[in-house]
Amino acid sequence: MKTVLKSQSQEVVVSMDGPIVMIGEKINPTGRKKLAAALQAGDFEYVKQQALQQAAFGAHVLDVNVSVPGLDEKSLLPAVVKFLTAHTQLPLCLDSNNPQALAAALEVAPGKPLVNSVSGEEGKLRDILPVVKDRGAAVIGLTMDNAGIPADAEARLAIAGKIIERAAKAGIPAEDVLIDPLVLSVGADQKAAAVTLQTIALVRREFGVNINLGASNVSFGLPDRQTVNQAFLALAFGAGASCVITDAEKLAGAVLASDLLLGRDPYGKRYLIHVRRMQAAAAAAAAGGARG
Amino acid sequence: MGDDFKQMKEQVQAGEAEKLKELIKKALASKVAPMEIIEKALRPAMEEVGQKFETLEIFLPEMIMAADAMAAGVEILRPLLAAAGGEKKVGRVVLGTVSGDVHRIGKDIVRIMLEGAGFDVTDAGHDVPDDTFLAKVKELKPDILGLSALMTTTMQNIPRVIEALKAEGLRGKVKVIVGGAPVLSDWAKQIGSDGYGENAVQAVSVSKKLVG
Repeated sequence: MKTVLKSQSQEVVVSMDGPIVMIGEKINPTGRKKLAAALQAGDFEYVKQQALQQAAFGAHVLDVNVSVPGLDEKSLLPAVVKFLTAHTQLPLCLDSNNPQALAAALEVAPGKPLVNSVSGEEGKLRDILPVVKDRGAAVIGLTMDNAGIPADAEARLAIAGKIIERAAKAGIPAEDVLIDPLVLSVGADQKAAAVTLQTIALVRREFGVNINLGASNVSFGLPDRQTVNQAFLALAFGAGASCVITDAEKLAGAVLASDLLLGRDPYGKRYLIHVRRMQAAAAAAAAGGARG
Repeated sequence: MGDDFKQMKEQVQAGEAEKLKELIKKALASKVAPMEIIEKALRPAMEEVGQKFETLEIFLPEMIMAADAMAAGVEILRPLLAAAGGEKKVGRVVLGTVSGDVHRIGKDIVRIMLEGAGFDVTDAGHDVPDDTFLAKVKELKPDILGLSALMTTTMQNIPRVIEALKAEGLRGKVKVIVGGAPVLSDWAKQIGSDGYGENAVQAVSVSKKLVG
């Protein structure tokens, strides 16, 4: 199944045989005080810098979350989306809990954006699916509902099924639904990632839809998080995930190596471009350091 | 006896529940008071575990492993404590992650540390509706209500719970402590909470002050 996302000028396709799609996670003020302060001050230059930097590290899509306590997301999200559209060619992933903010941002977003997210919760299905449908956007569906995140893969599969079915009823085709099977920290529960990997395999087999992952949670509470994150991503792509919301700077290497290992990078072209780019950046930094 | 307590502490930290239980049984057989085992071995062991966790000497799985071992030890002591009129608790806490937020690890760590420090903790869970917090405060009359949030979107529900406590006339009856990644000390004061912990060790020291 192919999920097509578009900006004003570019098309990104999420699929099982093409490149794994990286959604840059950094335009999100949770845990990023500098961004929160910039948004509060109405200073979008920092947002632009984050967007360009993620694009340079190979992000295909940019997640945009502007939820800061005290700020009106309903006006801020569309404003930031308009601003980004003027400065980047990447498709956007509109990330909010607020249906009105999503609707307002969808109106001004170009092309075909992605909405992050709906879940199995009735309120979310009711409020968010219609705005996604009206705009012809795609949507991420989290496998949780009013009772929380199920502990086992079968129950998460059932929620995925419910989301896909409700989306279809609302007029959104299955190819425009990306299921996110959710991953919790293996630091707290050592079976957590195994359940997610099982869910990925089950959802793929049952529904054939594209699967998105947030990839930074898995290592919470552990040392050398990067190693755990990289190993998890490789396993997840092997199990059938095709899209990831992550820090492109830190994890592009693991994503591109996975693409190469899965036979989706002819002549290793994209992997090699990435490695050379990182080498050039490191050389430039070293030269700068020597001069300084 | 000091040596036995030291061994118990080591077994808690190593997560060796079975060995810990043997040591406790041996101590009980030689007439050591159950409360003494808790106060001189188990609580100090968890205190050390908390310190080591905050300084990254140990990591989350090791902390949970120690908490599980301690719980296995307490399990043996509980009936004896009940017979002797109950375990002396430092204070009572109701704890939860506010509505809309399913993040639980931080709140769980604080629970483990508070229990380790001798508080009677009721975990209301995560994504807890405001009404549930109010009902728990009415029912359990805790000394402290702990509210956690991990997201900037959901931290706004913390002051909402505080306002609801006021509206119900409960605010004067319970101290409120707040925490979670986006929560800052200044903000904690602004919204009228009684205490803030940047990490689990601080959450315990703030709680001890509030009941002391």
